[in-house]
Amino acid sequence: MKKIGKQTVSFDNPPTILECSSIVGPKEAQGPLAKYFDQTLEDEFYGEKTWEKAESKILKENINLLVAKSGIPFDKIDCIFAGDLLNQCISSSFGLRDSNIPFFGIFGACSTFVEGLCLGSICAESFAENVLCATSSHFCSAEKQFRFPLELGNQRTPTSQWTVTGSGAAMLSRSGSGPYITNITIGKIVDLGIKDANNMGAAMAPAFADTLISHFVDTGRSPNYYDLIISGDLGYVGKDIAIDIAKSQGYNIKSNYNDCGVLIFDKEKQDTHSGGSGCACIGTVFSGYLFKELKSRKVKKILLIATGALMNSTSSQQGESIPGIAHAVSIEI
Amino acid sequence: MNPIESKQIYQDYVDKKSPNSPILKNCFNAFWVGGLICTIGQVILNICKERGFDTQISSTIVSILLIGISAFLTGLNLFNRIGKFAGAGSLIPITGFANSVVSPAMEYKSEGYVMGVGGKMFTVAGPVLVFGISTSILVGIVYLIFNTQSIVLV
Repeated sequence: MKKIGKQTVSFDNPPTILECSSIVGPKEAQGPLAKYFDQTLEDEFYGEKTWEKAESKILKENINLLVAKSGIPFDKIDCIFAGDLLNQCISSSFGLRDSNIPFFGIFGACSTFVEGLCLGSICAESFAENVLCATSSHFCSAEKQFRFPLELGNQRTPTSQWTVTGSGAAMLSRSGSGPYITNITIGKIVDLGIKDANNMGAAMAPAFADTLISHFVDTGRSPNYYDLIISGDLGYVGKDIAIDIAKSQGYNIKSNYNDCGVLIFDKEKQDTHSGGSGCACIGTVFSGYLFKELKSRKVKKILLIATGALMNSTSSQQGESIPGIAHAVSIEI
Repeated sequence: MNPIESKQIYQDYVDKKSPNSPILKNCFNAFWVGGLICTIGQVILNICKERGFDTQISSTIVSILLIGISAFLTGLNLFNRIGKFAGAGSLIPITGFANSVVSPAMEYKSEGYVMGVGGKMFTVAGPVLVFGISTSILVGIVYLIFNTQSIVLV
């Protein structure tokens, strides 16, 4: 493991993403990627009484699913990195409280999934044989915490995004035959002063571009090195802005770049405005769709960049701007 | 675009790039749904008057019925759909007020009846009450100063 350039780490023995699993809610199950997910829920409560319990259960069941799929039993997992959007990351800690595995709770807003992959691969390179990385988010619990009660009859702005209900999880292993995590680029906090909490794409796009360009500068690669460059949840508005910013810096990513928030929903039919968001957005799209594409060798090199908006409801009520963050992992087979 | 040199340049660029709400469509829907709700209120009022209630009692009955209906529709997961379609049209009449009290009560029931339902019930409607009552007190004071002759106290 060595540092290259300013923000990038490259691995001598790249960890393998052994297996991924995903569970999504009913709305995601009607979206264009429905057939790729392992399990879909019939209703948002998932047999529980509260949204928060439902979210914990989604995460817990998804980890059970991953353990079953990967064939790595719980006692062979050296540690777990997990995080979510709820205050103090309760979905992850409550979902994992009976698991008996060393646990790191992490918060990177919607960048948590890739933050987990970064930290997990560092562990796999040093001491760990198997590391589990997981995230979850839930539309209803996120609305309750960040916006308004669900039944309130208000209108959403065209730039607003729809929090994905679901969980994505990945098992990293020191030994394996790929897909490998070859590099990670650790993002910086970037804040260009956007205050509109209904326009997260615009708030996070500069952080995405910053990490993207740092990755290219550090590794000496260019956009066409990758088959796909994927961002977490910039949505339609943020995606356009990201392409523009990258272009202004001399990187043309238009042909092989897409966003998970754009991929997961059908904008016209599902009325999701600017697209999907939330920790589970990139979590489920990678675990469900992209991982299978890698496994079947339809794509061989992916640069996965998850973006997060590092704010809470108090900071936005106090008129603070929204700092963005983006972490990148390059996954190659 | 050019490289971003300042936050203001980025803000201006984002404003230009972000789609706006469809104001004309929203206004039109708000207008006819709002008008429809008020017409329903008027119909109830007229029926009450015909049945022999005086104006004051009739308008109280209108309020009770409209609040009851919209609270019921909120519970059935229907009012949020009307609100999404009509916006201010269903929000401004008393129906919107009822919805803004019932929806947090439903949402926070999971935190118990005292701190959840009781404590959070007015999180959305609270500001309307505070500023509504404050404004009416101010107007009352102004009225008292300029129109003392016409006011009969007690």
